[in-house]
Amino acid sequence: MPTSFMRQTLRCAALSLLLLCPPVSADDSLYRDLGGKEGITAVVDAFLQAVIEDERIVHHFKGANITRLREKLIEQFCEVSGGPCEYTGETMEESHRGMNLTTGDFNALVEDLQTGMRNVGISLSAENRLIARLAPMHGDIVHQ
Amino acid sequence: MRRHSSVRCLAVSLALLVATSAQAFDSQGKLIATSGMTMVEGGSGGGIVPWATIAGYGTEGQPGASAYYTVVDVQDYRLDSYGASFSWDNRYELSIAHHEFDLKDLPLEDQQQNVFGAKVRLAGDLIYTDIPQISAGLQYKRNTRFAVPRLLGARSREGVDLYVAATKVFLAGLFDRHVLVNGTIRRTKANQIGLLGFGGNKRDKHEYMFESSVGLMVRPDVVIGAEFREKPDNLSAAPEQHWRDFYAAWFPTKHVSVLAAYAKLGSIAGEDHQEGLFASIQFTY
Repeated sequence: MPTSFMRQTLRCAALSLLLLCPPVSADDSLYRDLGGKEGITAVVDAFLQAVIEDERIVHHFKGANITRLREKLIEQFCEVSGGPCEYTGETMEESHRGMNLTTGDFNALVEDLQTGMRNVGISLSAENRLIARLAPMHGDIVHQ
Repeated sequence: MRRHSSVRCLAVSLALLVATSAQAFDSQGKLIATSGMTMVEGGSGGGIVPWATIAGYGTEGQPGASAYYTVVDVQDYRLDSYGASFSWDNRYELSIAHHEFDLKDLPLEDQQQNVFGAKVRLAGDLIYTDIPQISAGLQYKRNTRFAVPRLLGARSREGVDLYVAATKVFLAGLFDRHVLVNGTIRRTKANQIGLLGFGGNKRDKHEYMFESSVGLMVRPDVVIGAEFREKPDNLSAAPEQHWRDFYAAWFPTKHVSVLAAYAKLGSIAGEDHQEGLFASIQFTY
């Protein structure tokens, strides 16, 4: 008798916990460490500022729709950091087709992103984790 | 006599040329610190281990270059080493290094050696591929003075080391910091990296030696780590032990970097427990 009572209590507790807590789909700790949507927007703005000032690669952005690029970057960084967003842009291969980017260009972009994150006060641990999540895109971006 | 002083002169001139010619090499396509330091035998690596990395900051289609000066100061000896490396396409590397090995307490001339190195990247990328960056290299070494090695029983004044190195950076790999791991296999019969000649009375055959470095990028401009280098033991008069070091490397810019290490070099030419400071400065383009 007492065991069945306990089992019932536990089942009830488990059920109420499930109802109380929203489903944890993915680890969003990086998203939170970047300061959520607001923080990521600041990162993207500082990143684009660094790119515009970067003579090595700014020519690749001539004629680009910066407003749309900014919007898609915010979505992408939000999604890869585990935030509640969905990236709705083209694949990395599609968006870089014909640009014939080199590893040197890609590294310049990495440095500009690091500069951007440092300029808005992102911690080194969050900076390194975001770089680690974006780096695998290298193969889809260079020599397209 | 004339020949080895000209090699030394060449090493000095190339090093000075690289150190003063920032404009000529405006590549800088690599991320900071991914050029490596210049290892003690010349070429890109840690302090005592060659890595699969290629010297300088050039990437695809770009040149790169580096010049270095290293001092290793232990109880009974001091080694001064300097030279330069040139690279192309982040694939090919040529290097030259000169060694002056001072036997402090003995009234003998410095032991001297030149090292000519070549390395080629065979596969992978340090950061961007799943497989490590893999390179193969050789180091042709020649003692320009041979009295001390001959006295200790060395068989030859010259030798060729061949090696394969695999190096990989794990982004945010440990404590959310980037981690470098390197493993190198070397075929050699050099005594104390060649400073005491090649081959000996105990053994005069090539052996395969394992070398390794690890590094943790604690700050965007600072890497700390440790190295291990297995060594042959060919001379009964001068037992030889494996080398180890603990290092910190600082990369304030892509053009200048310094490394300070505590090196534990074991027994050298009959003197045990040789330990001390290993300091290196590198100019890079």
